[in-house]
Amino acid sequence: MTPNGWIQIALFCAIILALTPLLGGYMTRVFAGERTFLSPVLRPIEGAIFALGGVDPKREQTWLGYTLAMLLFHVAGFLILYAVLRLQDLLPLNPQEMAAVPPDLSLNTAISFITNTNWQNYGGESTLSYLAQMLGLTHQNFLSAATGIALALALIRGFSRASAQTVGNFWVDVTRCTLYVLLPLCIPYTLFLVWQGIPQTLGPYVDATTLEGAKQTIAVGPVASQVAIKMLGTNGGGFFNANAAHPFENPTALSNFVQMNSIFALGAGLTNVFGRMVGDERKGWAILAAMGVIFVAGVAVTYWAEAAGTPGLNALGLTGGNMEGKELRFGIVASALFAVITTAASCGAVNAMHDSFTALGGMIPLINMELGEIIVGGVGAGMYGMLLFVVVAMFVAGLMVGRTPEYAGKKIEAKEVKMAMLAILVLPLMMLGWTAVATVLPGTVAAISNPGPHGFSEILYAFTSATANNGSAFAGLSGNTPFYNVTLAVSMFIGRFMMIVPAMALAGSLAAKKTVPASAGTFPTHGGLFVGLLVGVILIVGGLTFFPALALGPIVEHLAAVAGQTFGG
Amino acid sequence: MLNSLRPAFVIVVLLTALTGFAYPLAMTGAAQVLFPAQANGSLIEKNGTVVGSALIGQAFTSDRYFHGRPSATTGADPADASKTVPQPYNAANSMGSNLGPTNPALMDRVKADMAALKAENPGAAVPTDLVTTSASGLDPDISPEAALFQVPRIAKARGLDEDVLRRLVAHETSERTFGLLGEPRVNVVAINLALDRFAGAK
Repeated sequence: MTPNGWIQIALFCAIILALTPLLGGYMTRVFAGERTFLSPVLRPIEGAIFALGGVDPKREQTWLGYTLAMLLFHVAGFLILYAVLRLQDLLPLNPQEMAAVPPDLSLNTAISFITNTNWQNYGGESTLSYLAQMLGLTHQNFLSAATGIALALALIRGFSRASAQTVGNFWVDVTRCTLYVLLPLCIPYTLFLVWQGIPQTLGPYVDATTLEGAKQTIAVGPVASQVAIKMLGTNGGGFFNANAAHPFENPTALSNFVQMNSIFALGAGLTNVFGRMVGDERKGWAILAAMGVIFVAGVAVTYWAEAAGTPGLNALGLTGGNMEGKELRFGIVASALFAVITTAASCGAVNAMHDSFTALGGMIPLINMELGEIIVGGVGAGMYGMLLFVVVAMFVAGLMVGRTPEYAGKKIEAKEVKMAMLAILVLPLMMLGWTAVATVLPGTVAAISNPGPHGFSEILYAFTSATANNGSAFAGLSGNTPFYNVTLAVSMFIGRFMMIVPAMALAGSLAAKKTVPASAGTFPTHGGLFVGLLVGVILIVGGLTFFPALALGPIVEHLAAVAGQTFGG
Repeated sequence: MLNSLRPAFVIVVLLTALTGFAYPLAMTGAAQVLFPAQANGSLIEKNGTVVGSALIGQAFTSDRYFHGRPSATTGADPADASKTVPQPYNAANSMGSNLGPTNPALMDRVKADMAALKAENPGAAVPTDLVTTSASGLDPDISPEAALFQVPRIAKARGLDEDVLRRLVAHETSERTFGLLGEPRVNVVAINLALDRFAGAK
């Protein structure tokens, strides 16, 4: 670990803190329907979309109507994406003449993108046409991100409204999020990325004759426009197989730094939106502080582990940390930091191969996802995930002092706690359940590439990443088989929607409640005590649930590695 | 439910057209006008032929060139297209080795690579980046230490003075961005092009 490394980490945190109130203020105005500097351009477009769709922007929906609209939106998006993948060989913009994507891989990829997971069983440059990348993947990157933010807004409205029947209009939220937030940020961002060196062309792959006279086919494409939304919308699905490690997806140290910031920017901004909408910005900062505590702890562990290197390679005389599976221009610190950010948020883009991380360095990404990606989290998804934990934390606090728990003026009662726990329990059910199935079924274990405890970690990581809708992988696992394509698709689907539906039910039940004025007995939810309580609840719930599985994977691998043991095939 | 079908269909189609079609096409147009070199892949041309991209590494094996990091990319076997074989720096199929920290295959590979490098430059410690694969398999850079390590071999193969090559390495070294971000590095394709120019001018 070097002072320079810590300065890079501190600078990252400072930029996120500075962006939070700016983006928070802007998003609050957008979603309240207020005028912003973009309104003169976008109001007419927005109006046309609502008119054609038959949407009355003033008419709001109940939580059930909102949820149904969201589900229909996903069905339509799924159908488009699945059709584009299956038919890409017949459609235009396919200069490399890619064949149609097989049915099980299309199912996996379509579910993966509508759920904001972006698991990469597809190979990017070796599988997909430009049209599939644009019309299939780029558009779902926008829409799944906009959906996440819309859902977070609905839940925030549940807290901020009193005695209300409705939580907003899904169509209005999704359209405004796309038009006012995502597109305007992506346009300059794309141009910045091109300037840094990311290709943006519809031309075919380039055939080069190398200096030594060999032939090298260089894959290019409309990359920058997809990378911008992939990061900003915490999608993470790469244009190329190697994702953000590929020099064409992440060419420089500067592009890497900006990409890391863009993963957290909107998610962090939403904590501020929450604070503003419930009328106390300090509540938003308290939630961000709880996220920050767990985040910085994770960064410290992964950075330390990667900088220390693997015992096996150090024994051969290598120094300078674990560089296997890392790009030189990023080095140890920017690779470790990226890995923690991408799994804390539900991004899943990778700029280094997590499978080659040290045992403990790779355990932190696993833990981040197992906690439900509430450390800033996916755009929107992190916010509603965190609010579920807040409900549980307030419930625990209420039990301790024997008072009905309240949060943001709302009484937390049996129904709210049940909904929050239902959503939280789905995670271990899918992550651990499928891992158990995959490790005992004959044939499925053959997919692992590293024998021993690391192979178990590969399987655990796959189902954890899918359920948490992250999409990063211990990529040595050959997941492109019918078994994994289907079970991972189920995990992604359940992990997304079994979290969303209880969260929306919670939104509806909270919105209908009266607001209780704060009194001397109200537990203050903007100070250090609240932050400590929230962090404690998150770590206890997550830690107790997943510790046994972690002990079988990364922890035992670390102990074996220190003892000089290896695991041959 | 039924009254949600129309917005579901219309809004998905409109937003798809906007974000999946208009946005990437407009960005392609803007990028081609503003930054045509980068937008087309930062290609390097020499005497009218494309010799590579400034951002993508190449598989160098000759003693006369600086070598990049080991690459784990694969490609179709030229003899039998149904099989994949190692094909370093295959820029149409990026990937890492995905070897885990307790996999003996990793240690065996590194040991063999280190032995070969030690034979080439017995006095010096082997730089870590020269025996570890990159994440993409296309890493264009090596560390300045890794470049200096190769100087004696190249000096011998080209009949050049080692000091001249060391000065070339210093000249081709990029420092951290703003003195802060990333790591010091040497672009292998760029330094080898400089090497060829240098030899041609002599």
